Amino acid sequence: MVSRHEYPVYSDTPPPELSGGGHHRRAVIVGAGPAGLTAAIDLARQGVASLVLDDNQTVGVGSRAICFAKRTLEIFDRLGCGQAMLDKGVTWQVGKVFFRDREVYRINQRADQGHRMPAVVNLQQHHCEAYLVNRAQQFPSHIELRWKNEVIAVDSRSDGTALTVSTPDGTYSLTCEYLLVADGASGGIRDMLGLTSRGQVFKDRYLIADVVMKADFPTERWFWFDPPFHPNQSALMHRLPDDVLRIEFQLDAQADPEEEKKEANVRSRVQAMLGADVPFELEWASVYTFCCRKIDRFVHNQVLFMGEAAVQVSPFGARGANGGIQGAENLSWKLGRVIRGEAPAALLHTYDSERQQGAAEDVLHATRAAEFIRPRTSTIRAFRDAALELAEHYPFARALVNSGRLSRPCVYEGSPLSTDDDPSFPPLMHPGSPPQDAPVTVDGEKMWWLHLLGDHFCLLVDGRMEGVSALRLATELQQVLEETPDLVLRIVGPVPDAVRRLPRSTVIHDANGYLTVRHDLRPGNGYLFRPDQHVAARWRELRADAIIEAIKRSNGLTLKSLEESARVQPGA
Amino acid sequence: MSSLELEPNFTDADAFYAALAEVHRDCDDETSRQINARLILILANQVGDQSLLEEALHVAAEIKHQQAQARGPNTP
Repeated sequence: MVSRHEYPVYSDTPPPELSGGGHHRRAVIVGAGPAGLTAAIDLARQGVASLVLDDNQTVGVGSRAICFAKRTLEIFDRLGCGQAMLDKGVTWQVGKVFFRDREVYRINQRADQGHRMPAVVNLQQHHCEAYLVNRAQQFPSHIELRWKNEVIAVDSRSDGTALTVSTPDGTYSLTCEYLLVADGASGGIRDMLGLTSRGQVFKDRYLIADVVMKADFPTERWFWFDPPFHPNQSALMHRLPDDVLRIEFQLDAQADPEEEKKEANVRSRVQAMLGADVPFELEWASVYTFCCRKIDRFVHNQVLFMGEAAVQVSPFGARGANGGIQGAENLSWKLGRVIRGEAPAALLHTYDSERQQGAAEDVLHATRAAEFIRPRTSTIRAFRDAALELAEHYPFARALVNSGRLSRPCVYEGSPLSTDDDPSFPPLMHPGSPPQDAPVTVDGEKMWWLHLLGDHFCLLVDGRMEGVSALRLATELQQVLEETPDLVLRIVGPVPDAVRRLPRSTVIHDANGYLTVRHDLRPGNGYLFRPDQHVAARWRELRADAIIEAIKRSNGLTLKSLEESARVQPGA
Repeated sequence: MSSLELEPNFTDADAFYAALAEVHRDCDDETSRQINARLILILANQVGDQSLLEEALHVAAEIKHQQAQARGPNTP
């Protein structure tokens, strides 16, 4: 199998520990994949140094994750590498669903207007990782990347972790306060700590092939149920950068993975799909089993599990890498504040409670797609086929067809870090919600709202007020700024002078109204955003004491106990 | 919130039953199963409300459960 892609090879220099010294770290990250690198960069942006250990010397070979959803791209953008992903990635809107020999319907997921990022781009995971490595290397004093450093033993205690690391030049040991485990679905650290990932393993296997093809193929996602070229099974074709097509074939439960992976067998399946005359090169092929599982707790002593080391989902629905990166973001601002002494260690337990909720959602959606694609009984199959047949003629049935939903970020319902909502707001953007972008202007310059939101605590204020009420607002905001150094204000104007003169504040203009509509803003309203840009609180009327209390709550300062921090109220 | 209607609600129950039987009269089991699957999806969309649908599913599955209990453990 030819691989035209040249993977970067990162140099491995012998670690200084081999000749003594430097044996303790605040934070060590195992695994330089998307989750681990996201955490390293996010921590570095907060001035927190980390050591990243990876047992390999390059990015993940093959394409693996391919769909990077809007929220994930927004996170990369905040970290400073979103543009590279956007430039390289393939932006697609049209998805077609075929049943047997017919197209039954197509979805055009037109991006909402007024967002910098599209709903999703397709990008090989190795490109994503390479951009993250490039970005990480721009923080030489805060991120140390060590390649070909494999963790071979772990001793976790209540106050830290001792590691033994194997390198080509010898073995060394070190200790760390916090160990971030992002060593993947088959990573070894779970086992070393005696933890089990639990869930559902599906019987059927998938053959996954990346094919290089110059011929014109539309930038669309095509999904087949029971196609003529692959009867009784399903297949998927998806466009990637570099003239690559990702093709996936569902296989019988009895299929022999080694046999299926043979180049001649892969080629004949692909040729049957593309047509006999279509030339292509096979770049990469693999066979995998659908699997949805997670560990019961993501935090053990001072060890924090992330990415696929924490939760693994089946692929249709793009929940794996996206969930992993969103989880890394959730952890990083909390860990940064705990390490800097600005938040109690209990805050880290909300990483577990909030991301268990995210993981449960990801598992639920991935499982539902897997169940639709592979019905368990002939009666369930009759329902699936009925939905597909009806979908060709009647719009209602299209809602039932599930070949993988678009990945959506988790709303952290009932989080102990959120402040009770004001019921006069509409439900969209209630506390726990991820942010919604909007085009705005600052001093006449066009900008995106999420760039202004940044990664501090941020208070969005509608300052379009006059007279006494404006003066009262300015007084309240002044008091909040004095008492909370880790806060910036973004004030929707035009604003009166009393408000304009506030420190750490930017006046923004919402000429198109997107920001106002998406937040249901009225003069005097305010939204508090956490450093991961999720909504922490919102008010129709701003009072300094309420805002200060909400910021303390979001920093974990009001968490009564570990039980409360680990608690999530379902369906709040 | 309304609950599942379990009192007669048909405009003409006999006519509905006859029409249902008529649709299936000349079908083999597989064809009937396909028709039924489509019919359930069409009617489910008409009902729409998830709690009503779940109640209906529960009632439908419950009768099977009651019959199994009535037969007792030793009946094949």
